Amino acid sequence: MSEPILQLSNLVTEFDTDEGRVRAVDDVSFSVNAGETLGIVGESGCGKSVTAQSIMRLLPQPMGQIVSGEIRFNGQNLAALTLEQMRAIRGAEIGMVFQEPMTALNPVHTIGRQLAEVLLLHKKISKQDALRQSMVMLDRVGIPAPDIRMGEYPHQLSGGMRQRVVIAMALACGPKLLIADEPTTALDVTIQAQILELIRELQNDMGMAVMLITHDLGVIAETSQQVVVMYAGKVAEKGTVYDIFDHPTHPYTQGLLSSIPRLNTVPKSRLAIIPGMVPGLRDLPAGCRFANRCRHCLDSCTLASPAEEQVSAGHSVSCYRWRDLPPLTEVPA
Amino acid sequence: MSRDAQTPILKVRDLKMHFPVKEGVFMRTGKFNKAVDGVSFEIAPGETLGLVGESGCGKSTLGRCITRLYQPTSGEILFQGHDISTLSRKKLMPFRRDIQMIFQDPMESLNSRHTVGDIIEEPLIVQGVGNSAERKRRVLALLDLVGLPARSVTRYPFEFSGGQRQRIGIARSIALNPKLIVCDEPVSALDVSIQSQILNLLIDLQQELKLSYLFIAHDLAVVKHISDRIAIMYLGKIVETGAGENIYHNPNHPYTQSLISAIPVPDPHHQSQRIILSGDVPSPIDPPSGCSFHTRCPRATDLCREQAPVLKVHGAGAAQTTAACHHI
Repeated sequence: MSEPILQLSNLVTEFDTDEGRVRAVDDVSFSVNAGETLGIVGESGCGKSVTAQSIMRLLPQPMGQIVSGEIRFNGQNLAALTLEQMRAIRGAEIGMVFQEPMTALNPVHTIGRQLAEVLLLHKKISKQDALRQSMVMLDRVGIPAPDIRMGEYPHQLSGGMRQRVVIAMALACGPKLLIADEPTTALDVTIQAQILELIRELQNDMGMAVMLITHDLGVIAETSQQVVVMYAGKVAEKGTVYDIFDHPTHPYTQGLLSSIPRLNTVPKSRLAIIPGMVPGLRDLPAGCRFANRCRHCLDSCTLASPAEEQVSAGHSVSCYRWRDLPPLTEVPA
Repeated sequence: MSRDAQTPILKVRDLKMHFPVKEGVFMRTGKFNKAVDGVSFEIAPGETLGLVGESGCGKSTLGRCITRLYQPTSGEILFQGHDISTLSRKKLMPFRRDIQMIFQDPMESLNSRHTVGDIIEEPLIVQGVGNSAERKRRVLALLDLVGLPARSVTRYPFEFSGGQRQRIGIARSIALNPKLIVCDEPVSALDVSIQSQILNLLIDLQQELKLSYLFIAHDLAVVKHISDRIAIMYLGKIVETGAGENIYHNPNHPYTQSLISAIPVPDPHHQSQRIILSGDVPSPIDPPSGCSFHTRCPRATDLCREQAPVLKVHGAGAAQTTAACHHI
């Protein structure tokens, strides 16, 4: 099960803005194993969504560009494909689910038509077969009365139901990889639980890999085997879910894990904080990007960006000082 | 908290907020959206009541009724013993000093064309507090209190990050030394590392200024952290209230149980015993008969379909909560 299906090496993605070029993703490398879930966690502006858009080749045009690096999927480099070739992969071999299902659905087409369109585009089947398969797919993602829903429009469905439709569309062609960008962030917790359970079930049945992007550490802990922590366009730390939650090594990962209120923290006690805020992409520091918020920062940290260092097999961190840091349990709250 | 010794700062009795639904060619009012449908609770001085529920349960509407941004359909809102639920705008003025609000989106709730100084000074001007020099001094003191530099006075909201904007909103809300602040999802638009900064600030200010909070949010871990007591809302009604620890560790109502079990736990070793609810929240325009949760409840019986349960004390000691369910 540990064969990588997707491998990013040194991906660099830049945007042209009114105030010049900014680097949103800087030298990002990680791999997603077949059948596994990789969670990417980070705060707004850390580059997690741009990474997903780069893989899908859906960067806003003409501003966004992959400048260098490779995106290996199934033996081919997605970064080098023409848009025509990419269109054949998108939706067929890689499915996508985004945060806001309403923006992913066309408001003037029925659910059935939108679902069948995916199948007609990627498979050589008749329209009737496409409609029949769409109905099976709606049933599969737990939508009651799929025959009636087929003729309805997106606005007639609730948020949770819409996200199920988007998942049905993403999975209609049996992709090998599902990229889900904050799929449950717009949903209530009880609906989030339904959707995460659904993704897990479908993943087991279809054996696909999932790349799940979220800011919610709870969702990561419950769904992912591998975790990538991103900060200001770079990978701060990556490893198995146990590496990240049991032995967080980067000061940013440690800060994140200790600043979230948990059900067993003493009410009204002071939460640990990460002082300051994320640097803007326009004025990134020369050295470690976390330096200005890091309690362990030395002058040497601000000179050059730290390289990835191996903590243990499969667990790596980009920090000069990780060997000197106390483990998280000893960090005073 | 010795709640019994003190008179509550806020007492809400059987509050209802029904919005007319206009439909058809003639825009006749046929039905009502029963956003808040008979809610009662109390908040003691210095206490935080957390109000939790899913979208559309009426928690924000309830908050807006208490600050009288809405005129409730019926019921009483007793602030320090005075019923403010039907007061006119003019008669409300003195109460507006005492009851303030913090909103979810600090960008939308701050006037983008005013400087931060103007924004924070405005409530002082409206209420006629001090002269210009005194007000300016007060603004600087408030900025300091919420952890913003004095030079912020001449800046505009867009020059600040989300967390800083929320600090500006908090400074404005405490400008008049209020006694009660309704916080409507104050941290849900913020990043994780900024959330904890704002939560710490709210807790510090509460202790320093002896504030009471009605803290509305959908993030249950956040609510538990900041609240003394918690009320769980479902379809316009409170289904369970109790001390935060009791609600989280020993919930009695089946809705609370499934809600708590649905929270993703940031620990990969945690084995979740998840109760996954089927279906969606029904519409508050046509709420189900009897207990409004019966359409999704794993324990629902005929009794639940026919008769609405009332809030009663259940359990004892660490498991004591007040819940509305026939089957506890």
